[in-house]
Amino acid sequence: MQYDHIVIRYGELSLKGKNKKQFIAQLRENLKHKLKPFSNVQLIQSRDRMYIKLNGQDHQPVIEKCQDVFGIQSLNLAIRVENSVDKIKEGALWALKAEEQVKTFKLTTKRPNKSFEIGSQEMNQILGGHLLSNTEGITVDVHNPDVEIRVEIRHDATYIMAGKISASGGLPVGTTGKTLLLLSGGIDSPVAGYLAMKRGVQVEAIHFHSPPYTSDRAKQKVLDLAQELTKYGHEIRVHVVPFTELQQKIFREVPENYGMTIMRRQMLRVSERLAERENILSLTTGESLGQVASQTMESMNSINEVTNYPVIRPLVAMDKVDIIDISRKIGTYETSILPYEDCCTIFVPKQPKTRPSREKIHQFEDHVDFSEEIDKALDGIETITITEHDLTKSEFEDLL
Amino acid sequence: MIYLDNSATTSPYPEVLESFQKVSETYYGNPSSIHQFGGEAEKLLKTSKKQAADLLKVDDEEIFFTSGGTESNNTAIKGIALQHQNRGRHIITSQIEHPSVLEACAALETLGFRVTYLPVNHEGKIDLDVLEKSIDNETILISIMHVNNELGTIQPITEIADIAAKYPKLFFHVDHVQGLGKIPLDMSHPGINLCSISSHKIHGLKGTGALYIQKGTTLFPLLHGGGQESANRPGTENLAGIVAMVKALRLTMEKQKQSFDHLTNMANIIRTALEKDDRVVVNSPEDGAPHILNFSVPNYKPEVVIHALGKENIFISTKSACSSKHSDESAVLAACGWGEDRSHFGLRISLSYQNTEEEVREFSKVFIRVLDELNDVMG
Repeated sequence: MQYDHIVIRYGELSLKGKNKKQFIAQLRENLKHKLKPFSNVQLIQSRDRMYIKLNGQDHQPVIEKCQDVFGIQSLNLAIRVENSVDKIKEGALWALKAEEQVKTFKLTTKRPNKSFEIGSQEMNQILGGHLLSNTEGITVDVHNPDVEIRVEIRHDATYIMAGKISASGGLPVGTTGKTLLLLSGGIDSPVAGYLAMKRGVQVEAIHFHSPPYTSDRAKQKVLDLAQELTKYGHEIRVHVVPFTELQQKIFREVPENYGMTIMRRQMLRVSERLAERENILSLTTGESLGQVASQTMESMNSINEVTNYPVIRPLVAMDKVDIIDISRKIGTYETSILPYEDCCTIFVPKQPKTRPSREKIHQFEDHVDFSEEIDKALDGIETITITEHDLTKSEFEDLL
Repeated sequence: MIYLDNSATTSPYPEVLESFQKVSETYYGNPSSIHQFGGEAEKLLKTSKKQAADLLKVDDEEIFFTSGGTESNNTAIKGIALQHQNRGRHIITSQIEHPSVLEACAALETLGFRVTYLPVNHEGKIDLDVLEKSIDNETILISIMHVNNELGTIQPITEIADIAAKYPKLFFHVDHVQGLGKIPLDMSHPGINLCSISSHKIHGLKGTGALYIQKGTTLFPLLHGGGQESANRPGTENLAGIVAMVKALRLTMEKQKQSFDHLTNMANIIRTALEKDDRVVVNSPEDGAPHILNFSVPNYKPEVVIHALGKENIFISTKSACSSKHSDESAVLAACGWGEDRSHFGLRISLSYQNTEEEVREFSKVFIRVLDELNDVMG
C-alpha cells in the first residue's frame, strides 16, 4: 500500500466570506503551476476541498512543493480504499503503521455516504479495536493523540488520512494586488518580499544597477534572489534601472553626508513612477527601524516624503537575527551574503547623516534638477521576467 | 569491438565530449576572476553544481568537485580523520573496499589510527550486527562502499546509515563510484555524511569527480590554496570537466529511468549462459547490481582467457588492481572466503546501458568457444 492522495486544507482563506471563491481559484492556479514538474499528478477540486491525486508519484517531493504555496494551512496524506469494512480496516492499520514514533492515536470516522451500512460510531469501534489488536504499545488518546486517523466514507470510495503536515499559511499570492519591491541584494529585501507574498501580494522587483560601480555579478545576484522568491509566487518581473548617471550627479551636486538620503529619495521617486506606469499600487522595502543610518525615524521621515504611495515595510519591527532566520529558511541567505558591491554600498559616505532634516534636503534639491536623469533612468529600464522552473532551461542548457 | 569492462571506465558520450570542447573554447575564463568573462565561467560553474545537486537530490552547497573517485575517497577519509581525531582515532571499513579507501586507511594506521576491516560473507556482504558491535567510543568514521567494484554486491547502505545516525560522534562515508546511475542511493539520508562519485564511470571524462559533504560536516582538506569549493578543494576549477560530468550524470540518470530493465536483461543472458557451463562458477550474488558479473573458471589462467578474448575483440577484466601477495589472487574473492580455485581464477564482466543484447549473446557464444579451445592446453 502507499499514499495515493494529498488532501489540502485551506487556512485563513476559508474565513473570507464571499471572496472565498476567488481565493480558491487563485490557490488552484498557483498550485497548478507548482505541480507542473510532476507530470503524473492531478489536482482535483471537490465541493469543499482540494486534493492531489498522486498516480504513483512519490509524495515527499510533492509535499515539499506544496509547503511553499501560501494559502495552504496544512496537508494530509491519504489513501483511497474501496467502501468495504475489510478494506477500510486494512487501510487504517496501514496508515497508523506508516506513522513513525506514534504512541497514541485517535480515530474519527465520518460517513457522508449514508448508504454505507455501518454507522460512524460503530465504525469507530470496529476500526479502533482492529488497530489496537494489531499493534503493540499503541493506545487510544482522544484528547491529545500523536496522530489522528481520519476515515471518510464517501460515495466514490473511502479516504483514510493520517498525520497532519503543516504548510506555510498566508493567503494565495495574487489575491491582494501587486507591490513593487525595492530589491537590493542584501539580506533584508528578499525577506520583505517573501512576507509581502505571504499576505497574498504579487511582487514585482525594482533594482538599481550602477555599472561600472556595480558588476554584472551584483545584478545576477539580484536575479538569483528573485529566482529564489519565485518558489512562493511562480513569476517575478525584475525591473533593472540604469542608475549610474543619477547616482553620479547626486554625489557631484549634493554634500557628501546628505548623498545617501537624497539617493534614497531618488530611488523612491523612480519606483513610484514605475509603479504608476505598471499599475502597481504600493512599494515594499526591507527597512527595519534603527538598523542602519537610512533607517532612523528621521531618515524615514525625510525619504518617505517624496511619495504618497503606501510603503509597506514588513520588517520594520523585526530584529536582525529573526530576519536572518527567515532568510535562511526561504533559501535567500546564502546568495544575499555574496560579497558584491551594490549601489548602496559603493557610495557610502564616511559619515552619513543619521538625522537628516527635510528643510536641508529641500535646500540642496532646489539647486539641482534631476528630472532629466530620472526620465532617462525610467526609459532605460530593462525588465526581466523570472519564472519558477527557469533553471531547467538556462542559457547553458545545450552544454548541460 | 565488444567492450564489457565498464566498471574500469566507460566511453564518453559524444554529447559530453561536445560540451567539453565547447566549454574549453568558450568559457576558459577563471571562475574566480572578477571580470565579466570570469563571471560567465562562474555562472556556468554554479549552474552545473545546481544541476548536479538537483539530480542527486541534495543541496548545491553540499557538492564539491574533485579530480575523481580516488581523490573523493581520500578527501573524505583523511579529511575526517585529521579534522576529528580529538574525538577519537578509530575507523571502520570493510575488507573489500576499493584500494583508494583501503590504502587511505592503511596510511592513517601508520599515523596511529586504529582501523577495523569488517569481514564479509560469501556474497561480499558485511554483517550489520558485527558493524554495530565494532563501534566504540573512539570511532569517528565508517566508510563502506555501495556497490562492490569486483562483485556487484550491494551493501545495505540505508541500514548502515540508520545505525550511523544513532552515534552523533561518528561520520559515515559511502563510496558510490560503482553504484552511481545504476543502483539508487538516497544521498540525503541524514545518516550519510559523505559520498564519493566519479565521472568516467558514467560516460564522462577521467579527471573529474565529486564529493558530497553533508551540511554541518567539516573536514581537513587534502589541498590548501585559493579557497575554491569553499576551501574544501582549492585549485582552479576544471570547468570543462565539471560540465562534462554533470551532463553525463543527467544522461546516465535518464537512461537509468528508461533502460534499467535492459541492463538486467543482459546480465541475465550472460548469467544463464555461464551457469550452463560446468567449468564456470558465478561469484556475484543474485541480488547484486546487474551491471557487474564476477565468475571464476578454475584452472583457466584469467590472463590467458582475457588475451584469448582480446584476440576476438572482446574486452573483459580480471579484478581491480590489488596488493595481494599472489599476483593472480583477487583480494575481494579471498575476503569472501573462497578458496584458491575461485580467488585465483576470477573474471569480471561489467556492462553499461550502451551495451546491446546482441553483444552479450555474442560474448556468451565466443566465451564458451574460447574455453573449448583453451581446454586442450590448460584444462
